Amino acid sequence: MEKAMKKYSPIFLLPTMIAFTIGFIVPFVYGIFLSFCKFTTVTDWKWVGLQNYTKIFYVNGKLDTTFLHSLWYTALFTLVSVLIINIVSFVIAMLLTKGIKGTNLFRTVFFMPNLIGGIVLSYIWLMIFNSVLSNFSKTIVSTQWYAFWGLIAVVCWQQIGYMMIIYVAGIQNIPGELIEAAKIDGANSWQLLRHVTLPMLMPTITICTFLTLTNGFKLFDQNLALTGGNPGKMSQLLALNIYDTMYGTTGWQGVGQAKAVIFFILVALIAVVQNKLTTSKEVEN
Amino acid sequence: MAKKDDNVSTVRRAKHGWVLTVFFSILSVLWISPILVVLLNSFKRKAYIFTHPFSPSAVSLSEGWDKFVDGIHRAMCGWLNYSNGLRKTNFWSCFGNSLFITVGAVLAIVICCSMCAWYITRVHTKVTKAIYVLCLFSMIVPFQMVMFTLSKFANILHLSNPVGIIVVYLGFGAGLSVFMFTGFVKGISLEIEEAAMIDGCTPLQTFFRVVFPILKPTAVTVAILQAMWVWNDYLLPALVLNVNKYKTIPIAVQYLKQSHGQIDWGAMMAVLVLAIMPIIIFYVICQKYIIEGVLAGAVKG
Repeated sequence: MEKAMKKYSPIFLLPTMIAFTIGFIVPFVYGIFLSFCKFTTVTDWKWVGLQNYTKIFYVNGKLDTTFLHSLWYTALFTLVSVLIINIVSFVIAMLLTKGIKGTNLFRTVFFMPNLIGGIVLSYIWLMIFNSVLSNFSKTIVSTQWYAFWGLIAVVCWQQIGYMMIIYVAGIQNIPGELIEAAKIDGANSWQLLRHVTLPMLMPTITICTFLTLTNGFKLFDQNLALTGGNPGKMSQLLALNIYDTMYGTTGWQGVGQAKAVIFFILVALIAVVQNKLTTSKEVEN
Repeated sequence: MAKKDDNVSTVRRAKHGWVLTVFFSILSVLWISPILVVLLNSFKRKAYIFTHPFSPSAVSLSEGWDKFVDGIHRAMCGWLNYSNGLRKTNFWSCFGNSLFITVGAVLAIVICCSMCAWYITRVHTKVTKAIYVLCLFSMIVPFQMVMFTLSKFANILHLSNPVGIIVVYLGFGAGLSVFMFTGFVKGISLEIEEAAMIDGCTPLQTFFRVVFPILKPTAVTVAILQAMWVWNDYLLPALVLNVNKYKTIPIAVQYLKQSHGQIDWGAMMAVLVLAIMPIIIFYVICQKYIIEGVLAGAVKG
């Protein structure tokens, strides 16, 4: 069978592989190469070594903290959004698996914002935030903390329904006998949660944590539409900071590309850690 | 005695459930209220959107019913925002672009990636192994890493149009799709395919007549995940497409802000409603598939 198939390899492989080469392989390899060059477009590059990377932190002998600021702002944003989204969606999932009336309708409603894209979603909230804040003569970009909590609210509204669906599936997969047995042994609801439900849900919790983690880290559309990085680049998350460096200032494309490489390494590290955690869990089971 | 106990607990559970149902009903209304607020404001004059965002009237109810009703007449402007929004964004052409790109990209991804995935699971060579590893690797690369080079190359290769961008989407979306398809193909038994081949099917016939029908559930999952991504995607089309000629809906919404510096919030409200409507209709029709697809995608990805 393999022999017969090999004759057809161009038909099966080429369409995907040509597109994959154009859409991923070449841009990726060339992107790493360009991070060591000064350039304005892909053809006029000049090798400058590590200069782009040092320019991220030092400009004209002075320390530049914009990238570091957006790094810790992103880290804090990710941490807060991971905690809130996971806790709230877990609580909702617990309540929605008690078999109350209207469960399906509620699930449908909570999930819906997830289908609306980041740009559209952000303008809905921008209007609501600014109309409420205008009573106090403020806007969503008055300080970086207004912007911070605004972004948190938007991603919570978008992702809680999604994570809830995953938690509901996880909770429904816990064998009923296990819970019955614990109840017969006299476990109260807190003990049931702490010693039965949560341990059984660990794989689900890992999935949801990493999904929210990477979502938070890579957030772009909401940041661009809701705050645009204002006030004064103070609410720029990493992805927007890279975009701004690359397209906002001429001559800085190389630095933007270098930042993108660092960004890629950070995201890859998260993915590797996740992979390690999930596979080690599978071995245990 | 035992019977009585049972009765008590049923009653208690029912009572509990009733409270939860009421609680979640209120929460659900609050949950979709942002969309309702936008819908309400899309019919109001610009001047009253920010001063009275949550009321249909320009006058608050505390000033008496008559004045309140009078205020409604003053605040409402019918379909004015919609005609403004449609004109300013050239909405229907954006809608057409979004629809064309999404349908095209999803079809291309589902067909090409399932073919590729079947081939690389059934044929064991160094090349197919390398393709699989590359697909896995591409899943962890954020778009910012390739955005500059990708958009420039797409430009050089004349892919800056709705047909060309489908190739870019196929390329950038291939990783996840091939990965999901291979996961499923591994579970299909070889015997059916071998029987088909022995009966004289070419590999192409085997794939489309035997394998693809079995793959359908995964194909639906992949299609839904990719459709959600492509329809809502902003940055990739904004960088790859020639935006003066072709805009998708997210680009149109974002450019409604930029082109005027200040935002025409009346038109914005109307365009937001128009942008949300197709998604909600699609969701109501294919709800079951969407939730199942998302679930399968999350657990595997």
